[in-house]
Amino acid sequence: MTSVTDVSPARGAFRLTRAFQGLERLIVPALLIAGWEAFARSGMLPPALLPAPSAVLHALGDWVFGFDETTQTYSGHWLRDALASALRVFGGFALASLFGILAGVAIGWSRLFEKTLEPTLQMLRPIPPVSWIPLAIIWFGIADKPAIFLVFLGAFFPVLMNSIHGVKTVDHNLVRAGAMMGANGRQMLTDIVLPAALPSIFAGLRIAVGSAWMLTVTAEMVAVKSGLGYVLWDSYYFLRYDIVLAAMISIGLLGYLSDLGLKAIMAHALRWQQTTTVQGRAG
Amino acid sequence: MASIELRNIVKVFSDKRRGLLTLDNINLDIEANDFVCLLGPSGCGKSTLLNIIAGFEQATSGRTLVDGKQVERPGSDRGVVFQQPTLMPWLTAIDNIAFHLKLKGVAKAERQLRAMEFIDLVGLRGFEHHHPSEMSGGMNQRVGIARALLMNPSVILMDEPFAALDAQTKLEMQEELVAIWQKRRCTIVFVTHSVDEALVLGNKIVVMTRRPGRIREAVNFDLPRPRDITGPEFNDAKRHILALIREESTRLAQAS
Repeated sequence: MTSVTDVSPARGAFRLTRAFQGLERLIVPALLIAGWEAFARSGMLPPALLPAPSAVLHALGDWVFGFDETTQTYSGHWLRDALASALRVFGGFALASLFGILAGVAIGWSRLFEKTLEPTLQMLRPIPPVSWIPLAIIWFGIADKPAIFLVFLGAFFPVLMNSIHGVKTVDHNLVRAGAMMGANGRQMLTDIVLPAALPSIFAGLRIAVGSAWMLTVTAEMVAVKSGLGYVLWDSYYFLRYDIVLAAMISIGLLGYLSDLGLKAIMAHALRWQQTTTVQGRAG
Repeated sequence: MASIELRNIVKVFSDKRRGLLTLDNINLDIEANDFVCLLGPSGCGKSTLLNIIAGFEQATSGRTLVDGKQVERPGSDRGVVFQQPTLMPWLTAIDNIAFHLKLKGVAKAERQLRAMEFIDLVGLRGFEHHHPSEMSGGMNQRVGIARALLMNPSVILMDEPFAALDAQTKLEMQEELVAIWQKRRCTIVFVTHSVDEALVLGNKIVVMTRRPGRIREAVNFDLPRPRDITGPEFNDAKRHILALIREESTRLAQAS
């Protein structure tokens, strides 16, 4: 009985600590933003060069909702710009995932593909995707295609490398178990090797989605006339650093959301990867 | 007809770690419905011998026949229970047990129905929808045994399947295995390094020598079951086998 009364104040304290821990995380960003705001308002730098957080928020708000046209031609066009970038990310990422997984599994599984395909791909890998921009423009012109091509290049190699690794490191006893139960070559690949390599493949996809956003924005700065990256670069020419910062925030947010979405898919696909045992939970 | 015949099996590994000659001229006849224990120290090649029967590895020379047919590759006529459960971690217990049926293209409803019988046989009712990561080592090993039994193989090959289990679980599993063997009548080849385990389980105990692996003696042991592990017959057999092993180590000590 005494133990119950002993525990409850401790629990209250525990709850307080937890609430505080939530706030704790906000302290540094809050201080940074407050300092930035104070510095911007002090007039040590012209406001055009360092817009205050409030001005950036204002620009972002107008860009999204178009309430007072501070962002001029962009006012209210955020959704269109974000969608343009997101579609390029999605297009390039989808292609990269498809070909990266196919090539990775082929190279990881078959000695023939490893010998014929891998050396070429490994030689192409160190070339920074950005350095393809001139060729991408010559080949595909100024539109969606060069951007999708660059995103593909940036996202393909992480997926490829992780797929190869995933397939190569499949526990060979699982393959033996599969053979013992009568799996043929195709079943071995689809029913054993592929699911076993899935955690590694997903790790590659998560790196790839980050690269995809990076390259979309880069491509849009140089080779495309729409999207968040284009707005960012265009605003830079017109000295609108509030919009530049608003674009940076938008990209960060969308990149974060795509990773979150991918993580949710991964958590569902790999829900068998739990570390707790029945005994662990009971005890 | 003998269920398994091993004729002049020699296995030479080319990598240095495992030494050159691992199995030296193994000859062994295992009859149908035998429960054979391969007993020997670590590194004597007993697991290699099991892998050769399973078809996971090829002998350097010699012939391996199961029911008169040359073993060339793994197959579902020989169920293998591994030292670690080696289940597909993304499948639930019931799907792991039914995996062989899935590979054969049996419809899901029938798969589940047939796997349930084996869930009951190994005492895992209530856990059929758990993933391996949600079960204990002993439970996973039961799934591994059920998975091998479902294929209705003529031979079951077990590679120290209880080595990683605690003493109590090990005893339970040994009893269950004997009960299953008595009920289903199949040939079992069971690899172990424990003299007691071999004597509890086997009706034929094949004592192997340290590397290179040779057969020291194949002891027939027909003590009725359930076996009294403190009785005189059990202890006589144990004394005999321990003497064989001791003789072996003295021989090695003198040689070195």
